[in-house]
Amino acid sequence: MTKKTAAYPYLAWALLFIAIPLGLIIYFSFTDGAGSFTFENIIRTGRYFNVFIKSIWLSVISTAICLLIGYPVAYLMSRASSITGRTLLLLIMLPMWMNFLLRTYGWMTILENNGIINQFFGLFGLGPFELINTQGAVVVGMVYNYIPFMILPLHSVMLKIGNDILEAARDLGASPGRVLTEVVFPMSLPGIRTGIIMVFVPSVSTFIISQMLGGGSNQLIGDIIELQFLGNAYNPNLGSAISFVLMLLVLLIMSVSGFLDDDDLEEKLL
Amino acid sequence: MSDIIISLQNISAEYDGEKVIDKLNLDIRDHEFVTFLGPSGCGKTTTLRIIGGFIEPTEGDVFFEGEKINGLPPFKRNVNTVFQRYALFPHLDVYGNIAFGLKQKKVPKDEIRTRVSRMLKLVNLEGYETRKVDQLSGGQQQRVAIARALINEPKVLLLDEPLGALDLKLRKEMQLELKRIQQTLGITFVYVTHDQEEALTMSDRVLVMRRGEILQTGSPEDIYNEPINAFVADFIGESNIVDGIMLEDYLVEFAGVQFECVDAGFGSMEDVDVVIRPEDFKMVSVEEGQIKGKVESITFKGVHFEIIMDGHGYKWMIHSTQSREVGAMIGLTLTPDDIHIMHKMKEDEV
Repeated sequence: MTKKTAAYPYLAWALLFIAIPLGLIIYFSFTDGAGSFTFENIIRTGRYFNVFIKSIWLSVISTAICLLIGYPVAYLMSRASSITGRTLLLLIMLPMWMNFLLRTYGWMTILENNGIINQFFGLFGLGPFELINTQGAVVVGMVYNYIPFMILPLHSVMLKIGNDILEAARDLGASPGRVLTEVVFPMSLPGIRTGIIMVFVPSVSTFIISQMLGGGSNQLIGDIIELQFLGNAYNPNLGSAISFVLMLLVLLIMSVSGFLDDDDLEEKLL
Repeated sequence: MSDIIISLQNISAEYDGEKVIDKLNLDIRDHEFVTFLGPSGCGKTTTLRIIGGFIEPTEGDVFFEGEKINGLPPFKRNVNTVFQRYALFPHLDVYGNIAFGLKQKKVPKDEIRTRVSRMLKLVNLEGYETRKVDQLSGGQQQRVAIARALINEPKVLLLDEPLGALDLKLRKEMQLELKRIQQTLGITFVYVTHDQEEALTMSDRVLVMRRGEILQTGSPEDIYNEPINAFVADFIGESNIVDGIMLEDYLVEFAGVQFECVDAGFGSMEDVDVVIRPEDFKMVSVEEGQIKGKVESITFKGVHFEIIMDGHGYKWMIHSTQSREVGAMIGLTLTPDDIHIMHKMKEDEV
């Protein structure tokens, strides 16, 4: 088998399950129920402006928290001995092997009004606090579910930073803090970029987390899309249009954050 | 002595719970090119890393210009290191790499600029400022690594097998270049290598190390001509090492023959190692030879032939500009100067 033919199975896959569905979504976005061309769906998407903003905002916060928590973890893992490093990696991946719904149910029982946290505060006569059905609960759910996708790419990039490079930086007069800002951080930028994409994209389109932890008042754009296909509002054309606009927004945000790719700009920012 | 720049006193160090350096004492003088030479695992790199501040000795003190610097982190030491695999910063270009140290010290930008270009000139890389380091050849990367270390004007430059990854021809060029740089700047170079030829070419002083100990210290000539024991002799250049017995002062017996020698002070009938450099044998006819044997193989080595002769129960290695037929009977003679007598190493050292 030549190199070229080895790619055929994937090409077929990509055509069948990526290109054609994408084409269908675009087709549905610009047609009405009868199949004639219209901008109606796209225009109606504007009604959900606030939901878009909320989804993007909560995802940005979740992604930022994932980065803040995940970065030091990934760094320490990459500097640990190989056994410790592998054990930590396993511990981080372990929750991913459990069902997504189950994990999120777990958070419900923790955050509920008579959940573990409120029971604890109850011992001191405090609360109950409104933890579940808040934006905070949604963010917690997103961070918990998606943080491995931040840590893994960071970890694999940081593993490639040899100890001799860090030693060289210290040798040349960089204090431990400067080693981080001038060597580790710039060298881990590709991992940061991948991590941001891998956390932000699923966060911004999630619907289960917001339904289970956010209650009715915290509908995200994923919930609205779901409603168009499975709910009473059944309107696949509108659902496709919202998906399409969301996709464009994500692309836009990603290309703006693509500044991380540009070395010169990076220099100016630092 | 006042010109001692680095002094290690009673240093011991462990690696993974194993002792790699045992009570080592060492003085390094200002402006000298000193080389730690030894096989892998002899503790030479560990010693270098102790000077650099990357490893703390478990025992003993490190002095820099008379001041104790135990526990001082690397970035506060007035030494810089050229690492084995260069360890250049891949996210910076050549300029960024070389300027790194000065940037840490907050040196003004235009001063950095002049000093970087001076460094590039020193290592023959003018015009390479904006090159990415991964676009450079191994030799060029090495030059960047050297410039990056030297720009900080360290009093001592530590070099950890810096030429190990280069091919032979480039290595020879870089040896001369390093020596030139060291002489131009007049600073101390501490060099680590397992390559004896490299050590002999560049150093003012060579320290032969083995199992965390310094076996011998001296100028390249001294070490080559007067190795202290069979290990040093074998490590520095090629040698024939055979068992001998010291019959009396200036008389040794080996290979069943008695030879006059220049050594004295051994015990009577003491077992000794006899070391003979392959180039010191003189090939003569069988009748004239003190040692006789049959030529087993002959290999052309460019400047000389390497002849292996089987005789008196040993295989002798001979370097000569003259050739002999394989299978021919030949004789060898030695003058007293050619015979180096050494105490046997203790059993646990072998």
